[in-house]
Amino acid sequence: LDSTSQSEQVQPVDSHSPLNALDRQIVELTQSGMPLTARPYDDLATQLGISSAEVMQRMQLLLDSGVIRRIAVVPNHYRLGYLANGMTVWDVPDEKISFYGQKVGELPFVSHCYHRPRHLPDWSYNLFAMIHGPDRESLRGYIDTIAAILGEDNRSNDVLFSTKILKKTGLRIKSSVQSQ
Amino acid sequence: MPAASAKPVLDSIDRQLINTLQHGIPVCEQPYLQLAQQLGIDENEILRRLQKLLDDKILSRVGPIYNAEKMGGGLTLAAMRLPEEDFDRVAEQVNSFDEIAHNYTRDNVFNMWFVIATEKAEQLDEVIIKLEKTTGYPVYNMPKIEEYYIGLHLAV
Repeated sequence: LDSTSQSEQVQPVDSHSPLNALDRQIVELTQSGMPLTARPYDDLATQLGISSAEVMQRMQLLLDSGVIRRIAVVPNHYRLGYLANGMTVWDVPDEKISFYGQKVGELPFVSHCYHRPRHLPDWSYNLFAMIHGPDRESLRGYIDTIAAILGEDNRSNDVLFSTKILKKTGLRIKSSVQSQ
Repeated sequence: MPAASAKPVLDSIDRQLINTLQHGIPVCEQPYLQLAQQLGIDENEILRRLQKLLDDKILSRVGPIYNAEKMGGGLTLAAMRLPEEDFDRVAEQVNSFDEIAHNYTRDNVFNMWFVIATEKAEQLDEVIIKLEKTTGYPVYNMPKIEEYYIGLHLAV
């Protein structure tokens, strides 16, 4: 979401958005990272002009509601040697997909795991799992691991490797001042 | 990428920090003091090491991981099946939409995969219709029906 608005400090919050104006300020301020200091919420509080207790309370609410998945260190998987990735796709029975999705999603080499719709007859896969490893060879082993979990319920599968990035702007909440 | 392919040297404390803190940092006045007590590593030592890991780009950031869908916007994955002779033209047309956040070529008959992000959920369908009109090809919308896990447990 890469657009600029000159006049407004914060976008108006519409009725569909669960975020209030303060939440949006917090998102804008922290989506590229938090201050790496002993008292990070004090630093955010100073920038927002509110108390650190209020910042912590809002961020805890965002965590509780799932807007924030977690507050954590985000490793750069390329620098850690995870140079290869692949989008694995599987055709499994719809009535068992939640069970298998949980199992596959728990695997340490899976970063994203989703149930998505089929588009028959062109596209029959309904379970998507992004896998990461040091090289393509390691990914082959991971695919075998997933196939073993699905067993007979794996009716067909494929892996799609990305060969070129055509565009990558990232997801960014709108703000008057671009953060990047 | 020669710089990225050289695996960085991390000692056991760096590894412990990455392995532990990728799962979460507590929300409290002095989160690194709390972690220091849990891990038996000095607070300043934790901060110094995390800063170095950031500077060395071993960590891409320290902070909240947001779920874009929970912020009220629309988000979906979509794919297209394009003949080679039209691929570049369509790529340019698709990329010209502000709502396209990522777009990748993949080695499949479904050879173009992109993420569509809109300010409001109901705008997704309009964007897909516009994409189909502009490019002349069908867009296969694959919104998530259920999410099982987001995140990678990188054991370093």
